[in-house]
Amino acid sequence: MSELLEILEMPFFRRALVAAALIGFTNGFVSGFVLLRKSSLTLSALCHTMLPGIVIVVLITGALTQAGAFMGALVAALLVGLGSITITRHTRLPQSTALAIFFTTAFALGVVLLQYVHTSQDLEEWLFGSILSVSDDDLKVFFAIACFTLLSATLFMRPLLLTLFEPNVAAVQGVAIRWMNYLLYALMIFALMASFQAVGPILSIGLLVVPGAIVSLFTNHTQWLFWGGGLVGGISAVLAVVISVPFNIPTGPAIVLVLGALFILAYFCSPNYSPFKQSRNTQH
Amino acid sequence: MEHITSFKFTSPPSMVRASVFLFIADPKASTKPSNTIAANIITTMSKCTHSHTHGQTHELVIKDLEVAYRDNTVLENINLHAHCGSSLALVGPNGAGKSTLLKAIAGLIKQRNGQISWSGKNNVQTRGGEFAYLPQHEEVDWNFPITVRGVVEMGRYSQLGPWKKFTEVDDKAVERALALMEVDGELSNRQISELSGGQKQRVFIARAVAQEAHVLLLDEPFTGLDRDHTANLTRLLRKLAKENRLVIASHHDVNTLADIFDHVLLLNRRVVAYGECQSTLSADNLNRTFENTANV
Repeated sequence: MSELLEILEMPFFRRALVAAALIGFTNGFVSGFVLLRKSSLTLSALCHTMLPGIVIVVLITGALTQAGAFMGALVAALLVGLGSITITRHTRLPQSTALAIFFTTAFALGVVLLQYVHTSQDLEEWLFGSILSVSDDDLKVFFAIACFTLLSATLFMRPLLLTLFEPNVAAVQGVAIRWMNYLLYALMIFALMASFQAVGPILSIGLLVVPGAIVSLFTNHTQWLFWGGGLVGGISAVLAVVISVPFNIPTGPAIVLVLGALFILAYFCSPNYSPFKQSRNTQH
Repeated sequence: MEHITSFKFTSPPSMVRASVFLFIADPKASTKPSNTIAANIITTMSKCTHSHTHGQTHELVIKDLEVAYRDNTVLENINLHAHCGSSLALVGPNGAGKSTLLKAIAGLIKQRNGQISWSGKNNVQTRGGEFAYLPQHEEVDWNFPITVRGVVEMGRYSQLGPWKKFTEVDDKAVERALALMEVDGELSNRQISELSGGQKQRVFIARAVAQEAHVLLLDEPFTGLDRDHTANLTRLLRKLAKENRLVIASHHDVNTLADIFDHVLLLNRRVVAYGECQSTLSADNLNRTFENTANV
């Protein structure tokens, strides 16, 4: 306990806690949109694609920089995303199938290429996050992303929800659905960018999916998916960072583990969907 | 007005009132008898007050419309003049292009050729405040976490846009629409996945009604409705047309056409016949519309 209190006073740990709160809240807020858009699988596929992107950049440049890794990840995700869309348009395969083919192939390529990389320790940090090493400048970026997310989502909440519910009806009512879709993409990409450092690209999908899913077990109120998701995401991320110190476990996986455990707990406690409640109802 | 300020995590679904507008209506309002509210609607809904003499401007004009999905031509050489204050049924076999024509009028699909205009302006430019669209049942995500009232409130977007406050006027329009389609009271607080097929249909029609649009484009509005609700919707469509709105709906039951609609467009990729129900629904025209259906 005294060890934990000592660490709490260290600037790097305080920065990590603030970063966890900001990143957790932003991702949790956006997770409501991911849930309503049913984009979880697509985003998961794209996150796995980032591995070969980062590895290839390291192989070409010989060094692992934040900008290089981000560009590599982005290009790889774009290639796989657009590739799957092209295949879907020219064949009868559904996009989920095309995406699964592309992302597993890309991930396998990444795993094969990984053995040729010599900076494997740094790379591991990149792939699974290193929230304890965030700088003040990083915090400013996380804060800016959180502000953008809250501001744009609040300003355009009505047209966003109309688009997510039934895009055709929304378009006829005068909603600029194309721009709303762009905004949704932007929100998801910014949230992923923020979680890159916290949990790494591969686990980031957990932070971007689980909070909204947890809240959805308790409410039919659309608005609460976002604010509740933000709250769950922020608190879970902070809690995970605190827990990771005494147990000496990496913070990135700790965040996703806490969220996963919370989801299972939420499922059993849910007033609407709990298996206990359902079995009680059946007995009566 | 009641403003949402708190949230109960333990509330059962029926207690949760989903609203995309942050503001919700006075819960007592939904207990009013529906027939009183239905009686009010006629005087409050009309936007268009001009008389429909020759040369009036509220007219839907379709010129040489052609729509194709890849190489497959779905509609060709469609020409149509319809004015508000009337109702038009689109009738034809499966694959005749009824839904496609409705979507084209709503500006939802690309045209290969032709023009569609409303009040002399391009349909995509004017549709925002003017058009309401009812999609087919299977096109809607019924697991979306929203209540019946929340869906009908969405209809007010045309009036409110992204930022205007949801006022008592909007609340009344929503209440009227809920009552008209008999999805008010306890039903209005239900999650939409907890509804029967017919109830779901009525919720979406209520949303279109709450929109107070000038042109209603309804894709199979009678699907899933029982006898009483079919009669109710028939009366509603008649009222809407009387209020100087233009109602265009795809419909399957040839026997009830003349009771519901003023005009009919018999469609089989092309216009087979178009005119008043009585004169257009001849055996010859119907045979020509539904012939070679097996090949369509």
